[in-house]
Amino acid sequence: MEGWDSSTKSALTQIPLLATRAGPRDGAAWTQRLKEEYRALIAYSGMNKANDNDWFRISAANPQGTRWTGRCWYVHNLRRYEFDVQFDIPVTYPATAPEIELPQLDGKTQKAGHPDLPLRRDLELRIITVIMYRGGKICLTVHFKPLWAKNCPRFGIAHALCLGLAPWLAAEVPILVDSGMVKHKDDEASSAET
Amino acid sequence: MEEELRAIAEKLEALRRDLPDGGRHVDSIAEDMSAEVVDSNPYSRLMALQRMGIVQNYERIREFSVAIVGIGGVGSVAAEMLTRCGIGRLLLYDYDTVELANMNRSGMLISHHVRLSHFVGMTKTDAAVQTLSDINPDSYSLNITTVKGFETFMESLKRKSSLMPAHCSGVDLVLSCVDNYEARMVVNQACNELNQPWMESGVSEDAVSGHIQLLIPGETACFACAPPLVVASGVDERTLKREGVCAASLPTTMVSTFCCFTLAFVFIDNDIDLYYDFHVQKIFCFSFLKCRR
Repeated sequence: MEGWDSSTKSALTQIPLLATRAGPRDGAAWTQRLKEEYRALIAYSGMNKANDNDWFRISAANPQGTRWTGRCWYVHNLRRYEFDVQFDIPVTYPATAPEIELPQLDGKTQKAGHPDLPLRRDLELRIITVIMYRGGKICLTVHFKPLWAKNCPRFGIAHALCLGLAPWLAAEVPILVDSGMVKHKDDEASSAET
Repeated sequence: MEEELRAIAEKLEALRRDLPDGGRHVDSIAEDMSAEVVDSNPYSRLMALQRMGIVQNYERIREFSVAIVGIGGVGSVAAEMLTRCGIGRLLLYDYDTVELANMNRSGMLISHHVRLSHFVGMTKTDAAVQTLSDINPDSYSLNITTVKGFETFMESLKRKSSLMPAHCSGVDLVLSCVDNYEARMVVNQACNELNQPWMESGVSEDAVSGHIQLLIPGETACFACAPPLVVASGVDERTLKREGVCAASLPTTMVSTFCCFTLAFVFIDNDIDLYYDFHVQKIFCFSFLKCRR
């Protein structure tokens, strides 16, 4: 957890860890896992509200709990930018993390480059092309997935939001706004009028 | 009701008799593979392998079915190469649509003098099917990592084709041509459950190195326990980034080798490599862990 800010670290220590290693095909064990997911989400959400840092709403969009939808927001220069958030629970969950999507940012979310083989690490790698994700998937590879892999099955959706989505919003929203890729909804309305 | 059905069936049979070929389904699979080594025979160079004793019976390739997961830089070219080799049946899977940036890799999409722009916006599986229409592959435009997609994926791998001889069940080999860890884990999961041999492929982002790994459930460690980086380097898996996106994408070497391995899997009955790793800039490649099949 080197390089992480102290508030994220402290939030992380307070989110209850999960115990059941179960995915959506595991029947009763998945129901148990879902209960643990909700317990962690409620604790994390309550903690955010208590610290005046409420930043998302999320809930299962189907009875099986395999699809999740909600909203998330980030304040930049005293203005609030709000996005839909959605993801499916992968069939190999929790071995693999959910791939979080912000559908309104389709075509605007950048894919970081990652060499597939360690043999390449000794050579300097220059990314010439910028590749974008489809459907507004956010890049979790560098900052989040190694943590998820190390902490399987103790991490759940709440951890994915805390360590995956929150740092992504903090890093990317200012860039998207400053470059004009994302407009505040008030500005969008006024530009439509003129 | 029964009467009506019988009447319809009879009408259908009459219509079939009226067809020019007597109702037999005509496709490339029905043609004979001539063993004659002449320039006019499209299979002469392949059948020569048989004459040289490299393979026992090349025509067996007609009975082989291969599932290709991911119709991108590696998958689309592998599909075309295997078609050229005369493969019996292909199953193609991808959830994505075609965009112009795919042009350098998806050679099959621009062959036959069709401009790629014709394919833009089509699902990658539809574009591949159009190009490979001679062998009429089964195609699935779906996301295999979702619960529903996974079920369809599993069912389709189990399904027998009416064109295949009765002793063939499902597919003989699954080729993983995907670009991310999640999808590889899904292929791994499905193949473990189906006791299905598969091959994993990966190309580094700068396209100068890659790997191929053969996984046989019950014989080799599965992908979750032995992902390629660990096999290649012996480093602690937890220190590694796991995603393998392919940005530069010039995986020609990779695909040729991949298809070569597929054919080896089909035809060579003794030693075949379990793991192969190549590195173009360092003029270096290695393969190890011979597997006696």
